[in-house]
Amino acid sequence: MRILEGENVCKYFGGLKAVSGVDFHVDHGEILGLIGPNGAGKTTLFNIISASLANETGNIHFDGKKITGKKAHHICRSGIARTFQAVKIFGAMTALENVQVALLFGCGTKISKKQASEQAMEWLEFVGLLKDSSTLAKDLTIANQKRLEVARALATNPKILMLDEVIAGLNATETTELMALVRKIRDKGITIIMIEHVMKAIMSICDRIIVLHHGEKIAEGTPEAIASNPTVIEIYLGK
Amino acid sequence: MEILTLLKSNKTLRTATIVVLILLILATLPIYTPDYTIVLLSSILMYVVLTVSWVLFSGPTGYISLAPAAFIGVGIYSTAILGDSMPFPVVVLVSGIVTIFIALLVGALTLRLKGIYFTIFTFGLLELIRHLVLFLELHLTGTRGRFVIAQDFITVYFYMLIILAVLLLVTFLINRSKYGLALRSIGQNEEAASHIGVNVTTVKIATFVISAFFMGAAGAVMATRWTYIDPGIAFNMFFSFMPVMMALFGGMAHLYGPIIGSVVFTYLEEFLLTKLPELYMMLFGAIFIVAILYLPDGLLGVIQKGWAALMRKVRKDNLGGNHANS
Repeated sequence: MRILEGENVCKYFGGLKAVSGVDFHVDHGEILGLIGPNGAGKTTLFNIISASLANETGNIHFDGKKITGKKAHHICRSGIARTFQAVKIFGAMTALENVQVALLFGCGTKISKKQASEQAMEWLEFVGLLKDSSTLAKDLTIANQKRLEVARALATNPKILMLDEVIAGLNATETTELMALVRKIRDKGITIIMIEHVMKAIMSICDRIIVLHHGEKIAEGTPEAIASNPTVIEIYLGK
Repeated sequence: MEILTLLKSNKTLRTATIVVLILLILATLPIYTPDYTIVLLSSILMYVVLTVSWVLFSGPTGYISLAPAAFIGVGIYSTAILGDSMPFPVVVLVSGIVTIFIALLVGALTLRLKGIYFTIFTFGLLELIRHLVLFLELHLTGTRGRFVIAQDFITVYFYMLIILAVLLLVTFLINRSKYGLALRSIGQNEEAASHIGVNVTTVKIATFVISAFFMGAAGAVMATRWTYIDPGIAFNMFFSFMPVMMALFGGMAHLYGPIIGSVVFTYLEEFLLTKLPELYMMLFGAIFIVAILYLPDGLLGVIQKGWAALMRKVRKDNLGGNHANS
């Protein structure tokens, strides 16, 4: 079942085609990988889906409803959450407060501040940050800031979670741990779209992969098919 | 005794009790203090109202607004125009409501801008409104200024006190609610806030408007003390900078920072103005520069540091005492 579907999505920055005529779909419950060289348009596509940017042409449907043109907070409340390439946490607020805001404004149901605080603790436990609940977000390690961002996104009760380079800049141990967390999220029934540069990680975790290059979709398929696709090999390794 | 234990255990209740006590003392002051003190206190209260309402919006969000003088001016002009056509409480309320509409307009125009652009634009709007009012006055009424129906200084004092009490209550409720958290998240990272479901535009404009209401109401009350106003007096840019300076001077980490800042700053201004009028602005500027350079967290930071040191000392002494006993 298709949960998210985009057709002919285009975004230009002046004369640059950041995303050009991309058709894509995401199936319910899968982990979809989005790869491509730097400047391929991966983050731009995330920004269009989450309404950070407006697309010039094309439509995006979520759960059968058109979401193009909606405001960012509406997209979030309707069930699409995201993290950011460079972490965007609320530095001067505690980890608990970071997640609390998401619960109070993004989860779609009205809850009290006390309930929000209890549920926030549950999410912090889920991502492994329980003992850091009263730490200021800016004082957390990078790996933990990324976990916090994931917890904050999950607290909005999403159907789809978009992870933008969640393991970039982490060491091997941290990467393994975060990949385990991604699987744990998928097992909760949340569909995941992830942008990643670390090939080993993305090949092992994704059900399907879309490859973007110069704003265009050049390949789509299972990790095995992508790994042996001649165009993809050419782009990544050169002729 | 029970009340005492309750006060010890509940921090909110304790703070509320202290605030109510202070307000009660202030309310009874006119009975046993000289008139001059009351007039000075009215000025202090006005600056506390301006600074606290400025911090209500600009503190958590980090949007440095230079629009206060515009809102005060609108309040002043509303009072001047309404005059004695209605009872004074209604005049103050209506002035506040007129300010709300202006703030809605200003907010919708400026709050899409960020950082320095927002600040400069609010300042530009202040100048625009001032010249617009001057233009209208000259062409419609043919005069430059207006006389305002005066109120006696006790009335001014009590109205200012009531406005402050309501403002403190509103600020407390907003900061404690989920909107307080939302405002802080906007200040930390607006984009992230919008992507976790916060309707940033609505939250920003609503708070901006609430803060403007109190500035307008304060202006409406103060207008009756000045008796004559013109656009230059009413839309004086001084009123835009004072709340910012007082908030920085006091420190913005807690609500009482701006309060302490505006009380000390206003008293200092009055003291210098009466005792050393020819050196007033020079000394004032020098003190402010020293405060910015050496008090990064404002007066509040100094107080907190002093308090922490005192507590450490007390604890140490207690520990020593225990050892002696054992």
